[in-house]
This record gives sequence, C-alpha cells and structure tokens, in this order.
Amino acid sequence: MSTDRRTLNVDVLARVEGEGAMHVRIDGDTVADVQLRIYEPPRFFEAFLRGRAFTEAPDITARICGICPVAYQTSAIRAMEDVCGIAIDDGPIRALRRLLYCGEWLESHALHVHLLHAPDFLGYESGIAMAADHRAVVERGLLMKKAGNVLMAAVGGREIHPINVRVGGFYRAPTRGELAPAAELLERARDAAIETVRWTGTLPFPDFEHDHELVALSADGEYPIDRGRIVSSGGLDIAPSEFDDWFVEEPVAHSNALHARIRGRGAYLAGPLARFNLNFDRLSPAARETALAAGVGPTCRNPFQSIVVRAVEMLYACEEALRIIAAYEPPDPPAVEVLPRAGVGFGVSEAPRGMLWHRYELDAEGTILDARIVPPTSQNQLAIEHDLRAFVQRHVRLPDAELRDRCEQAIRNHDPCISCATHFLTLDVERT
Amino acid sequence: MSSAPEPRRVVIGIGNAARGDDAAGLITARRLGGLEHEGDPVALLDVWREADVAVVIDAVSSGAAPGTVYRFDATAAPLPAQLRGSSSTHALGLAEAIELGRTLGRLPRRLIVYGIEGERFEAGAELTPAVAAAVEAVAGAVGAAP
Repeated sequence: MSTDRRTLNVDVLARVEGEGAMHVRIDGDTVADVQLRIYEPPRFFEAFLRGRAFTEAPDITARICGICPVAYQTSAIRAMEDVCGIAIDDGPIRALRRLLYCGEWLESHALHVHLLHAPDFLGYESGIAMAADHRAVVERGLLMKKAGNVLMAAVGGREIHPINVRVGGFYRAPTRGELAPAAELLERARDAAIETVRWTGTLPFPDFEHDHELVALSADGEYPIDRGRIVSSGGLDIAPSEFDDWFVEEPVAHSNALHARIRGRGAYLAGPLARFNLNFDRLSPAARETALAAGVGPTCRNPFQSIVVRAVEMLYACEEALRIIAAYEPPDPPAVEVLPRAGVGFGVSEAPRGMLWHRYELDAEGTILDARIVPPTSQNQLAIEHDLRAFVQRHVRLPDAELRDRCEQAIRNHDPCISCATHFLTLDVERT
Repeated sequence: MSSAPEPRRVVIGIGNAARGDDAAGLITARRLGGLEHEGDPVALLDVWREADVAVVIDAVSSGAAPGTVYRFDATAAPLPAQLRGSSSTHALGLAEAIELGRTLGRLPRRLIVYGIEGERFEAGAELTPAVAAAVEAVAGAVGAAP
C-alpha cells in the first residue's frame, strides 16, 4: 500500500555461484515484474572455440564453470565423438566417465546442500555461521565432498578440472588399486548421505508447488548422468540432435543470458527435481526407499524440497560409484582413436544443475567451425522467474529485508550457476 | 624420531586459468611447483589440513593499482576487506573457506595469504604486464621464505 518507492541493493546472492542480479518491481500489493539479470560467459567461450582443434574443446569448456568442469567436458566429448561417428555408450571407458561424473555430483551437491542451501532453512546467514551450531551436519557434507574430490583425483588426475579426460576416453586409466581409497571413502559417504537425506527431510518447507514442464535426460535402466535422450513431463522424447526442433533460445533485454523455452509451450525446468520426477524408478532401491521415508517421491513439485532431492542424488552417486568400482577393469587402451571428419555433432549430459547441451560443427581436419552451448541456468531462468513472481506475490506484505531473504532461498532452490562472470549479485526491490 | 621433522609446507594457487589476471595465483604456484587449484576453495580444507604452513595465492580486485601485492597472516584473523573481494567465481570464496576452516578447527598451523591485484578478469583476457611482474615478485618472496 505504500506509495514510497524503495530500492534495495544488497549483495544477497553471494552464495550462488557466479553473479547476476535480481530485480523485483511491486506496485502496491501486486508484483509487476521479476527479472533475473545474468551475465553469461558461454557466449564468449563459443566464440573462443571457433578455430580451435576438436581435441581442445574438453579443456577449454571445462573452464566455463568452476563447479562443474566434468559436465562441460563430458558434453563436449560426446558431441565431438558424435561428429566423428563414435558413440561410447558402454564398456569400461564409459564406466569411467560415469564414475568421474559421480564425483562431480558429490562435490557440487554436498557444497550446495550443506553450506549454501541448508542455512536458508535454519535462518543462518551463511554456512560458516551454521557450522558453529551444526558441526556434525557440516562435517558430514565435507566428508561427502571429499569423497567426490578423491574420486575426481583418482579418475580425472586432479580434484578440480580433470586433466586426464580426452576425446575418445582417457590419457591413462586408473588401476583397480588406485580406486580403492575412493571406494573406502565412498562407503562412509553413502552412510553420511543417508543421514543427510533423513535430516533434510525434517527441514521446514514452505507450502509451494510449481507446474513447470520438467525436462531431463533418460537412459535405459539407469539414472541419467552422462548421456541419454531428452524427455519431459509433457511427453517429449527426442534425441539430442533434435533439441533445436523443440527448444528455442531467445535474447531478452534485461539479461545477457539467452532464455530457453520449449517452442509453443514456454518455460521449463531442468535439474535435480526434473531428473528425480522423470527417473524416480531408476534410482537405486536404497535411494528410492530413503527418499520416500524422508517424504519425497515418486513425484516432488515443491522446489524447496530440491534440497532433499539433491541429498538423494548424492546417495545414488555414492552407490553408483561403488557399483562401477566393484566391476571395474581398466580399459586397455584407455582411449579409442577418434579421427576427425566434417560434420555436426551433439552431446548432452546432466550437470549437477541440469541438462547441459553442446553442438559443434567441424571441418574435415577437426577444426571447430561453430560451437553452441546451452547451460542449465539459461534453461531454468524463465522458470526461476515464474517461481519468484508467484512466491513474491504470496509474501508481498513482508518487509523488504525478509522478502529478500525468502527470494534468495527461492532462487537457491535451483542452484543457478550464473557462474562464470562478474562479481556481484544484487537484489533490487522497487515498490511504487 | 631423533630430530624434529621438517615443517610441512604447501603452496597453493587459486583462480581460473581462462580469466586473465584471475590466473595470477595459479601461475605463481606453478613457478614454485605448488598446487594449482581451480574451482571451489572449500576443498582446501583437506589440502592444507596436514600442513604446518600453507601459503595461498589468489588474484584480488580491490580497486588498487594492478600488480599491487597484499600479504596477510590469516592464522589468527579473517582476511581483510581488500583480500575478500576475490575475483573468483567460486561458490564460497577463499575468505569464507578460511573462516569455515577456523570454525571447524581445520586450518593449518600457519596460513599466509597473498593477494595479487588484477585488472582484467574477462574470459580469454591476457595477464596484464603489471600482474605478470607481481607474479614474479611473489614467486620470489614465497620461494625464498621458509
């Protein structure tokens, strides 16, 4: 009801990886506009990739995001192999890729759940403040994170930005013995994940549901991580090469990022909630049971419960990694030969934040002529704005400070990886 | 067991190799045969846990002249403002990772942080000359110190 115009500029989203800004305009008691403004570096990297060798793409794209290098590498590698007529869909090389990816899921989710998202629910301003009172919870998160680190180091050669991966496979395959320390840690991380699923299930969740079309990968008999077809809750079931027939990326005035939408249908949501809803039956039995006992599944439409879903995915990642290690025989040779040829190829995988789609065009020598990268955050941007608009409307009478905190939490539900650019994410509330 | 063991010292550079001056810490660490750590600084809690002395080098963006070098002993106190505004795009910054370590009792016995003021942090940018010179200076100082 206020006729004053108030503006807040607060560095509220410092715990979201990367930077951007959120602008909310409220007229009286009505939310007039919600805009996320995001700077998006993949656009730069797309230009940077042109003229480079196809073998360089994994290392270059790995640097787009400090938190999910494996996702970028995997999508890039699969796309390059696709151009060159190779599909590594099973066997030990593929198993190693999936194992490495499990490490990244663990690292990313463990950080998000325990140090970024949980403090929102418990009223702490940061994970550090929470750690003083909930030491065991944070230690559990760090244990899971470490299991991810150790796995990344054993398979990828380094804990962050794996240097051991290449188009066609790996430079060097780890021995069974080299994976043993990771397995030992993963056993403990699995127990910790069960505890975290239970614990997150007890957090206070706002009563809030969305009805976005959910989009995730789907692969026979497995929870989607490193490959699959693109499916949706609206009945979509397409090959990665058909992405452009069904999805469109459009520039918007208020953000550097392109906004993706399903042609003729609009906003959609990718990420843990989408994966979970579309693939619940492909989780391991223990992950399913633990999820149900914690009150989520087989469907979950409350974005605040994404914290439980991430915990369930951590449990799954531990079990899947242990399963792969138990059956592991080092691939010999560690990579298949991939000879370049002219053409177009597509690669898609499930980054911790959601589907990550790459498309490359090569000439006969393997020089990259064109690159396109559609990261999960640009896919989710519209859905996040829709969530926020509904959420702010419901809480429009809250004081700005409290509203700001709630918005921060609502954005964090989707763990946007605005990543990759600039320095400040500010929330700007304008009331007229 | 007859003599005191050598103090274990680890040199860690952090940043993003593809973002111009944000690579300053990484390059310094490479000069010294240290660890190059791209990505999330929380992982450092395990890296430095067993160390007697950890030296961390990061790029900073505080508004000072490019190439300005800060040195701070974080063993007993949080990083000052100039070193907090790290240019890194990590989920938790170095300053927060240090405070988390302090809260959980996971800091090395001694923790020294060097900040090198950067100018350009865009993806694909080159290292600016003043920052390149600062890298040499810090590498010299850290390499000489016990």
